[in-house]
Amino acid sequence: MEKTILRGRAWVFGDDVDTDLIYHNKYLAETDPKKMPQYSFEYYPGKEHFAKEVKPGDFVVAGTNFGCGSSREHAVYCLKYAGVPVVLAENYSRIYYRNAINNGYPVLFIQGISQAIKDGKIEDGDELEVDLAKGEVKNVTKGTVFHGDAVADLEKDIMAAGGLIEYLKSRAEQ
Amino acid sequence: MGKTFAEKALGRAAGHEVRAGEIVTVEPDFCMSHDNAAPIARTFKKIGVKNVWKPERIVFILDHAVPAPSDDHAINHKEIREFSAEQGIANFFDVTSKGGVCHQVMCEEGFALPGLIMIGSDSHTCTYGAYGAFSTGIGRSEMAAAWATGQIWFKVPESLKVTVTGSFRPGVSAKDLILTLIGDIKADGADYMSVEFHGPAIEAMSIAERMTLCNMGIEMGAKNAVCPPDAKVLEAIRDKAKTDRWEALWADDDAVYAKELTYDAGDIVPCVAKPHTVDNYAAIDEAKGTPIHQAFLGSCTNARIEDLRAAAAILKGKQVAVRTIVIPASWKVYRQCLAEGLIETFLDAGCVITNPGCGPCMGNHEGILAPGETCISTANRNFKGRMGNKESFIYLASPLTVAASALKGEIADPREVL
Repeated sequence: MEKTILRGRAWVFGDDVDTDLIYHNKYLAETDPKKMPQYSFEYYPGKEHFAKEVKPGDFVVAGTNFGCGSSREHAVYCLKYAGVPVVLAENYSRIYYRNAINNGYPVLFIQGISQAIKDGKIEDGDELEVDLAKGEVKNVTKGTVFHGDAVADLEKDIMAAGGLIEYLKSRAEQ
Repeated sequence: MGKTFAEKALGRAAGHEVRAGEIVTVEPDFCMSHDNAAPIARTFKKIGVKNVWKPERIVFILDHAVPAPSDDHAINHKEIREFSAEQGIANFFDVTSKGGVCHQVMCEEGFALPGLIMIGSDSHTCTYGAYGAFSTGIGRSEMAAAWATGQIWFKVPESLKVTVTGSFRPGVSAKDLILTLIGDIKADGADYMSVEFHGPAIEAMSIAERMTLCNMGIEMGAKNAVCPPDAKVLEAIRDKAKTDRWEALWADDDAVYAKELTYDAGDIVPCVAKPHTVDNYAAIDEAKGTPIHQAFLGSCTNARIEDLRAAAAILKGKQVAVRTIVIPASWKVYRQCLAEGLIETFLDAGCVITNPGCGPCMGNHEGILAPGETCISTANRNFKGRMGNKESFIYLASPLTVAASALKGEIADPREVL
């Protein structure tokens, strides 16, 4: 995480976004992470165009329990390799959260963002500025600020290595 | 101050006393993978460790797409055969008459045991809590790391205590209880938590019913779900335990819980989870009359002999009004169905029976829906497009409700046909 302040557009989703909505089970036989972004959110009503239109640097913003359901890591890869630098959600299902950390993919816990989405205080296309070190999200378009929890120490080590496999590989090589 | 089940099981594995919130690193007793063992094996090879830490603790069970319905699946299966031979993984349930749905096989074959730490690269690994195990689903990278290091970290979870008193009325079963609970606390109601089931109604349940409860723990966000390792469990594992490392552990009476809930089983009514979320509860009175195109009796949630007996009792001597797919959870269950005449009952009623496996549950094969179609299913997920088509609709229900609905061609109240 060399760059800690990021700027990009928001793609906004609701609560309980399940793994079939993020990455449908139809494409589970795909095992090349770089080919996964083309299927992102294909089954999410109103976001079928996400895969075509998402630009590197855009953010995925969601409410509570993001990534509930299956243990598939495709749901992390399809965003990571689309160039979405970080997911901003109220909280995550535990398997999604672990999968993100284990793949060196930052996900932030942002307080109050679920309600803000429901109230229309953060919408598709809003310009956001995200401070990864502080866990702070500024909605530049609407002039509001959200605060989140920074990543825990144990998880930082794995993320700093680029993920669990890289972390173990570097240890095996030592 | 007493301890919860999770504090005891993780403390035992860590070798020291632990409390909720602490992070521990433990050695898993068993690691289960299904068809996704192939991509995990590829990731494992990138780590740079030559051999898995303990081949006898790794179990492979092919179930997601068996026999292989496409070349992609066939290639995955081939890789798993090669990897298990190369690594000496003897606990390999290939496409033979010894296998079935992975979670069912893990329980039948004596891998699921009280007090063990069990991980699986499948979110429904929480099922083994029915045998008193601490079991949870993890991702593929994490499984590759566990094979390499023999270690996995956990934050000791806080616990949710669900006490169930009373007894079910006729036509009501464990599936109705768990759908009611998830409807009440929602899909994130037990996020990160260990869910403990207590009380006389749980003690009265068969292990099959407890498996239905624990299987769906993940649908409320739980890390694991668990029932007491009582005399029924000890009897069930007596001649088949795959290891003697197990120990019957249970929460202390004065354990500290993040949340406690109480239900009277007598208050539970037949119900469904409406599309497209598992927490979208509707009592049967609200749902009945909804037209259906397909009924599915199968999956790791509800395709054990007890489930199929209950469904067959409703279907016996009658004809289904819609296509009805029956998939016993394992070949053992299939053989038992044959012995009891249930296969004949299903065939006579017009049902289609396929080989044990996951079938259409996650949209791989054997019963994909067309746009605009509705299925009533005994499985655990009704997410949009779960059964292969995003313009289709899935209602989740008990085997009794699914069987009653299959007869009518619409969602029906099982109490009216008992």
